[in-house]
Amino acid sequence: MVAANHSTQPLSLTLRVWRQAGPKEPGRFVDYPSKNLNPNMSFLEMLDVVNDELTAKGEEPIAFAHDCREGICGTCSCTINGKPHGPGRGVATCQVYVRSFRDGDVITVEPFRAEAFPIVKDLVTDRSAFDKIQQAGGFITARAGSAPDANAIPVPKGDADLAMDAATCIGCGACVAACKNASAMLFVAAKVGHLGLLPQGQAERDRRVLAMVQTMDDLGFGSCTNQYECSAACPKLISHEFIARMNRDYFKASLRSSFRPESLGAGGGAG
Amino acid sequence: MATLDSKVPAGPLADKWRKHKADIKLVNPANKRKYEVIVVGAGLAGSSCAATLADLGYKVKCFVFHDSPRRAHSIAAQGGINAAKNYQNDGDSVYRLFYDTIKGGDYRSREANVHRLAEVSVNIIDQCAATGVPFAREYGGLLANRSFGGAQVSRTFYARGQTGQQLLLGAYSQLSRAVGAGTVELHTQSEMLDLVLVGGQAKGIITRDLVTGAIERHAGDAVVLATGGYGNVFNLSTYARGSNTTAIWRAYKRGACFANPCYTQIHPTCIPVSGDYQSKLTLMSESLRNDGRIWVPKRKEDCGKDPNAIAEGDRDYYLERMYPAFGNLCPRDIASRAAKRVCDEGRGVGPGGLGVYLDFSDAIRRLGENGVRERYGNLFDIYHEITAESAYQTPMRIFPAVHYTMGGLWVDYNLMSNIPGLFVLGEANFSDHGANRLGASALMQGLADGYFVIPYTIGDYLASQKPGSRPSADSVEFKGAEENVTAMTRRFLANQGREPVSHFHKRLGKIMWEFCGMARTREGLQKAVQQIPALREEFWANVRVPGSADTLNQSLEQAGRVADFLELGELMCRDALTREESCGGHFREEHQHPDGECKRDDANFGHVAAWEYQGPDKAPARNVEALNYEFVKMSVRNYK
Repeated sequence: MVAANHSTQPLSLTLRVWRQAGPKEPGRFVDYPSKNLNPNMSFLEMLDVVNDELTAKGEEPIAFAHDCREGICGTCSCTINGKPHGPGRGVATCQVYVRSFRDGDVITVEPFRAEAFPIVKDLVTDRSAFDKIQQAGGFITARAGSAPDANAIPVPKGDADLAMDAATCIGCGACVAACKNASAMLFVAAKVGHLGLLPQGQAERDRRVLAMVQTMDDLGFGSCTNQYECSAACPKLISHEFIARMNRDYFKASLRSSFRPESLGAGGGAG
Repeated sequence: MATLDSKVPAGPLADKWRKHKADIKLVNPANKRKYEVIVVGAGLAGSSCAATLADLGYKVKCFVFHDSPRRAHSIAAQGGINAAKNYQNDGDSVYRLFYDTIKGGDYRSREANVHRLAEVSVNIIDQCAATGVPFAREYGGLLANRSFGGAQVSRTFYARGQTGQQLLLGAYSQLSRAVGAGTVELHTQSEMLDLVLVGGQAKGIITRDLVTGAIERHAGDAVVLATGGYGNVFNLSTYARGSNTTAIWRAYKRGACFANPCYTQIHPTCIPVSGDYQSKLTLMSESLRNDGRIWVPKRKEDCGKDPNAIAEGDRDYYLERMYPAFGNLCPRDIASRAAKRVCDEGRGVGPGGLGVYLDFSDAIRRLGENGVRERYGNLFDIYHEITAESAYQTPMRIFPAVHYTMGGLWVDYNLMSNIPGLFVLGEANFSDHGANRLGASALMQGLADGYFVIPYTIGDYLASQKPGSRPSADSVEFKGAEENVTAMTRRFLANQGREPVSHFHKRLGKIMWEFCGMARTREGLQKAVQQIPALREEFWANVRVPGSADTLNQSLEQAGRVADFLELGELMCRDALTREESCGGHFREEHQHPDGECKRDDANFGHVAAWEYQGPDKAPARNVEALNYEFVKMSVRNYK
């Protein structure tokens, strides 16, 4: 939660913004003074205003990723004053308000930085690596039309609630940006935890964790050294305990897969 | 004029879908892989459709302008999804869900479509649970339900206040599985900018790669649009900033009829506007109305007071007073208009008098603060972030905001538009919600269309197309459409204007909100129909789009979308002007009962108005599909 500044006095801030024309271009910080800001304005609305001023002057506006502006789509992704998603706790960039800064502040705005998230332009990065991890195993295979009645498989409330805690991940990548190793462990652990806690997710449990971790490693994310910066930066405050849970799952799955290789006849049918 | 054949099957209501599924053509498994289907959009409808068609064996290409399908705005739906499971044993049934939805839509939707929606609602919950959606559960492990507006049973399934997120991630996981298996080719950051017709049938699209700027031609055997609603025509809305009308609007300009464009849902419980810079209005889920009580002071003089200092007897719980049977849970259109009415009387609270209280003090007394936190904690957090106020201590202030558009491209019972081969799903079509959508019904429709309707009905069309007859993307039709797109880009970038795109979007939004918002008049709409074309001219003369075409250029993206809104807004006003009645979300001041309720005119307007493009600067044609209510009697909605 962002600390509230209840003053309604307008603020003046200087935005020190990372500008980079393209993935291969060099980048640099550029200062944009921003005056007379209403404290109730959101951080992204402030960028809108700066961009409109730049456009009117014929300059190219600052490219930044955003969409829902209510903290759920996971698109927005600025590192503000060195912190992914800025000063608040449990919020995304779009939920940062001008009231959380003080008059005269200089605010540094950068993209999420990680080797696996190359910069596209200015504050926009390419986070498609996350999709690739999901495609490797972040699912329960369930063809439409084949599902049993939903109440045929009771799920203890505690498990369902814990699965939901993990499932609230918005896929923004703040965990990666906050980690000194640019590890994606919290992101992957959240999905593995969510699906692995549910009875429906058991059939693919081992395959899922092995495939997702393998893909994560292949895509250039770093290793986890248990500093938990990820949880602190997570807009949904997803607990690092899911990482421990995933490590257990991964270990067990590795053991089982070495003793119980997949059938060579898999996939074939009679007749 | 287009012919609008709804293709509703004959026979008893409850048998139509079953019989239809048995009657329509099938594509044999070996042939399925010879057909390529283009799916545009990856929200609930698009993702579930792409995954399911791929599972059936079709080749699927899925396009989404977001950087990941998981960003689609279905993700923001908070409250829940309806299904006629009757798990609560409280008398629910497919018929009741059907009836509530028809009545909620103020008798302006198609009976057969709505009944099918209610039928497949039960399969949706099964499918979602199977894919691992962590729905709320009771201690026994069974699924929990809550009640929602416009219903007297508890049939809404939910996942805290993030049901849309969980359902979308479920559909996204199925899409991801298909992408991983190589059965769906996914194109992210790829925006559809034109529809390609070959021989009068939809056979492809033109897209722009938003990162490289490349204009691409994609051919398919059929095109599915699942691109969401167009509420951002109002600029301020609960939609994501990127939500737009471009895909369906460009299809309209290629001949697809646009049905009931004026049917807009204004959601009663949103956080009020705080300033001119505002880019977004945030919804507070309707589920809050289960436990929150809505009120304003009885006397204008009390409006500026601390709400906690206003005595119980001086408060007007106006929904409970006016609609005792449904109270705070009356449908959205009714609750929104009631809020407007009390604010028009000068009894609104907060800045500008544009707000009403949503008060949880009774619920906190009943359930304790923790009980309330368990149900609505994340919503209270959102409220606190935006307003810096705690709703545990002081009532929330809320005001209506644009939330959903019931109108959309016209489709028949098979979800096919009047252009053969063009299918439209979810919010992008018009068919299931009539003139007003009930809460928790949008998620239901998106998944119904994608998981359980289109997989059957698209086969009926594809079976009529020779396998391998897909036209080449090098044909003249594709080249022409591509030229159309590049010309528009060139025009934007060459324009020597002075104002950013947002300037025009804001002005359009103000016109739309004033004249085509919660209450509409002939005079106001006539003004809007004059003002919008003038604003459009000004836009094209004076818009400034910096940057180039061959890189990420958000101004250029926005310019194309606002250009389309500037045309659509006029069509919405024309539709509202022509519909000389009030129904659901369409309220014409001239047509109301003495108590201020909607006065429908079933004899003259018991139909769908489907507008057909006639060319630039020409008035569009208004086609009509009569709504034949065979099973339900069109009656006056009564929630009292």
